[in-house]
Amino acid sequence: TVSIVHVLSYLAGIAWFLALAFPPLTQRTYMSENAMGSTMVEEQFAGGDRARALARDFAAHRRKSGALPVAWLERTMRSVGLEVYTQSFSRKLPFPDETHERYMVSGTNVYGILRAPRAASTESLVLTVPCGSDSTNSQAVGLLLALAAHFRGQIYWAKDIIFLVTEHDLLGTEAWLEAYHDVNVTGMQSSPLQGRAGAIQAAVALELSSDMVTSLDVAVEGLNGQLPNLDLLNLFQTFCQKGGLLCTLQGKLQPQDWTSLDGPLQGLQMLLLMVLRQASGRPHGSHGLFLRYRVEALTLRGINSFRQYKYDLVAVGKALEGMFRKLNHLLERLHQSFFLYLLPALSRFVSIGLYMPAAGFLLLVLGLKISSLHEAGVGLEPGGSPGPSVPLPPAQGVGLASLVAPLLISQAMGLALYVLPVLGQHVAAQHFPVAEAEAVVLTLLAIYAAGLALPHNTHRVVSTQAPDRGWMVLKLVALIYLALQLGCIVLTNFSLGFLLAATMVPTAALAKPHGSRTLYAVLLVLTSPAATLFGSLFLWRELQEAPLSLAEGWQLFLAALAQGVLEHHTYGALLFPLLSLGLYPCWLLFWNVLFWK
Amino acid sequence: MAAAMPLALFVLLLPGPGGWCLAEPQRDSLREELVITPLPSGDVAATFQFRTRWDSELQREGVSHYRLFPKALGQLIAKYSLRELHLSFTQGFWRTRYWGPPFLQAPSGAELWVWFQDTVTDVDKSWKELSNVLSGIFCASLNFIDSTNTVTPTASFKPLGLANDTDHYFLRYAVLPREVVCTENLTPWKKLLPCSSKAGLSVLLKADRLFHTSYHSQAVHIRPVCRNARCTSISWELRQTLSVVFDAFITGQGKKDWSLFRMFSRTLTEPCPLASESRVYVDITNYNQDNETLEVNPAPTTTYQDVILGTRKTYAVYDLLDTAMIHNSRNLNIQLKWKRPPENGYIHYQPAQDRLQPHLLEMLIQLPANSVTKVSIQFERALLKWTEYTPDPNHGFYVSPSVLSALVPSMVAAKPVDWEESPLFNSLFPVSDGSNYFVRLYTEPLLVNLPTPDFSMPYNVICLTCTVVAVCYGSFYNLLTRTFHIEEPRTGGLAKRLANFIRRIRGVPPL
Repeated sequence: TVSIVHVLSYLAGIAWFLALAFPPLTQRTYMSENAMGSTMVEEQFAGGDRARALARDFAAHRRKSGALPVAWLERTMRSVGLEVYTQSFSRKLPFPDETHERYMVSGTNVYGILRAPRAASTESLVLTVPCGSDSTNSQAVGLLLALAAHFRGQIYWAKDIIFLVTEHDLLGTEAWLEAYHDVNVTGMQSSPLQGRAGAIQAAVALELSSDMVTSLDVAVEGLNGQLPNLDLLNLFQTFCQKGGLLCTLQGKLQPQDWTSLDGPLQGLQMLLLMVLRQASGRPHGSHGLFLRYRVEALTLRGINSFRQYKYDLVAVGKALEGMFRKLNHLLERLHQSFFLYLLPALSRFVSIGLYMPAAGFLLLVLGLKISSLHEAGVGLEPGGSPGPSVPLPPAQGVGLASLVAPLLISQAMGLALYVLPVLGQHVAAQHFPVAEAEAVVLTLLAIYAAGLALPHNTHRVVSTQAPDRGWMVLKLVALIYLALQLGCIVLTNFSLGFLLAATMVPTAALAKPHGSRTLYAVLLVLTSPAATLFGSLFLWRELQEAPLSLAEGWQLFLAALAQGVLEHHTYGALLFPLLSLGLYPCWLLFWNVLFWK
Repeated sequence: MAAAMPLALFVLLLPGPGGWCLAEPQRDSLREELVITPLPSGDVAATFQFRTRWDSELQREGVSHYRLFPKALGQLIAKYSLRELHLSFTQGFWRTRYWGPPFLQAPSGAELWVWFQDTVTDVDKSWKELSNVLSGIFCASLNFIDSTNTVTPTASFKPLGLANDTDHYFLRYAVLPREVVCTENLTPWKKLLPCSSKAGLSVLLKADRLFHTSYHSQAVHIRPVCRNARCTSISWELRQTLSVVFDAFITGQGKKDWSLFRMFSRTLTEPCPLASESRVYVDITNYNQDNETLEVNPAPTTTYQDVILGTRKTYAVYDLLDTAMIHNSRNLNIQLKWKRPPENGYIHYQPAQDRLQPHLLEMLIQLPANSVTKVSIQFERALLKWTEYTPDPNHGFYVSPSVLSALVPSMVAAKPVDWEESPLFNSLFPVSDGSNYFVRLYTEPLLVNLPTPDFSMPYNVICLTCTVVAVCYGSFYNLLTRTFHIEEPRTGGLAKRLANFIRRIRGVPPL
């Protein structure tokens, strides 16, 4: 009962999405904020040597102490004329983080505030450098300190500037942000902040690990797919062009030729990369955590590759100086430009009005399917619908009652998937020769697979007059459930919603307990949320031109599962609860439809 | 009447300017003072105080001759029956943690608090008018003070001057955190000074330097004080204060050196001839302690030691008036008791009424030593009416700074000072005894983001619909309400008849 309209609608959705990278749908970016647009500032930063010297000192002290050299940082920040404060924090992760090799984390954030003269500390800007356990980002700290020294000597600041160095990269940032806004959303234990500087207007995170860079990569995707205002990216791009810096997005150079097919195809590649990154819902850089507090932020990463032309720290510093001076001009928060967009290139964007139809077409398939089922006489009204179908028997209530068990069971499976892995990690680690992190991942997979095997349909009484009624009602409910969920997700995180819709919609529309069940089952398994994640990893590496082998892919998949759970607990990423409590139970309903007895 | 007029003129003209003082005892006086305090952070704070005191009953009608006291303010006191007026304009924030306790702090923006006489019947009306008048005098947006940002504190903001009773009904307090202070506020403030900025300490008040600082606060305090020791009659005191903090890091390239010229780009040349006292105090307490090899140039004539804000301070004093002639030799020891509220733990909360009055929360709390006390207030963000948004709604909305007033036990017992003789920086706040000192601290204003609708789209829609409606409605209305009828051609005027006449002669058909 899949009509040509369904197929066409689905194909239209996919085609529309693929067409997003082509010029009529992509537009050139432009600066909307007047306060940052008209005047060009003259950058005077010349502290390259100072930055390198500070970076060397910092690296030496860090090697010596084996942690963030808090005392040295405090001393140095004070010597350049900042108000310096520290914040200590500690966090016990729900299970050991094998990727970053940490479990019980305690650290100290150091931040210095440059007080704007004659301002009452109502607004501020943040320059932050996340420092991990390895010895990266020393140059970023050096540049931060040199910039602080330069900024301190200027008199034009209207907003306070916070120079923040966090330990344990994102964990430190999360602790600092929570303390700054006086909230506790992730169970982080931290000391209260002594120094504050009003509402943060914008933040820039800096990651630099070499004295010379060949290009600057910018990351915008934040927690739960949030994006900063497009004007912040435009600002960065302006200074890239002004300083002649090579700037990249998704680690890729900007396609030049948009008239032929090459440019848009490269753009499509970058668009897909962005969609995958946004869909993952993880913060791609410490800027991602600022976005939750409505602080526009992005991360700049210095890349040092084998390219011939290299830029020293002065060039990067000048770009940052320019950005901060322009942000300093802001009279209001960044609000003029887009908050919801996709980027096929650094200087091109697709606005929400243009990409939404792609998801709309996919969801239309569900809508059509729901209405066609409804027309076929499957209604949830106990009295029966006065439709054209055969007069319904008095045992109409069967349709509703038979739904309760599968709905409850699938939802319970989802709950188990959400709760049990972390809760039962110690039990699992005791009984099986695995580490806690592995135990969590394996429990996750086991529960996920077990969901398929459970009997859902406990109701044995099947109406003889309308044998198809049972599963059709279940399918109707499942379709409505899926359509509602996808509709909500698409509105908040288009990338995630589109990826899920593109995979789940066709099989959801097809599912029925007739025909070749094995084929349908294979299709359904291939489009389950976990399989989508698995496939996305391969697509991701393929687009980055670093293809994965199957074994590597599996390892990466396990790591991604662990990271997903961990990020939910440490930063509040919503992908894991969304999949386990929402989409997985919904998907189980379709599985149930398929194996309806 | 005709005879009286010349007589009055004669009387006025006869005692010339020199004879005025002889004819009557000095009725008004001016003291000016500059305190320069090197701050713990390395910055330098300069606090100017100018005190004009006038032994006159301003309240009584008919005071028309003003000498030192500014007429604009004098008339204000009479017209609105003011008992006390405190107005401050501040740009920046006093960072107590780094700069130590201030002599007088003020919240960022503009702050106005006024005690009215108990003869005032409609306090709110007077308050409204007064704020508008002050707005004009000081070129500030004080006219934005209305009932939505005015409160009547019940525990704090007691009168600083002579007061018989403290009925809070006559007190009004308002803060405008958004007020930006600049030259246009400084100039009228300077004009209130008897010597304007021509001579004396006020020469240093160069706007371009004063606004080149980390902190700038100017204030006007008017209050009644005792005229003599027995307090039989009152005098009016006008204090104009101005505090600035110079950023040593920028101006001195990290050195601690400073000079008047480097700070103000001016030096002091002559005292204000109208001033009865003109002094510069330099805080040299820390220099003595640190045993720094330091030279104050020129060497001070005298030093002054006192307990200021709980610590013993030493000041080098430079008297700008050469002779030791001090006109003011009345010994007056004003004793004002700071009324302690009877019970501890007083909490006064006055909830807001939307668009009528703001929230007021006053708490009297005893803080344990070495403790951190956090007062947090939960609030909800709500949508405003669309006309209530400011032109820059995405900037956020200000919540006025909170005020902390405290009587802090002093570390060192201060000797009871002669109030009238002690320097001005030490005598604004009345203190009952030497074991306590009074501080008032302000927090930063808070910038809160309210949910803001996207104004761009509604505006476009409104403009577009209005245009469409105007065009369509206008033409339709025209078509529907007008009646059209064919007008009979008139026979025409003189010109037409003349033309037809000519045409007839030429044999051409007429028009």
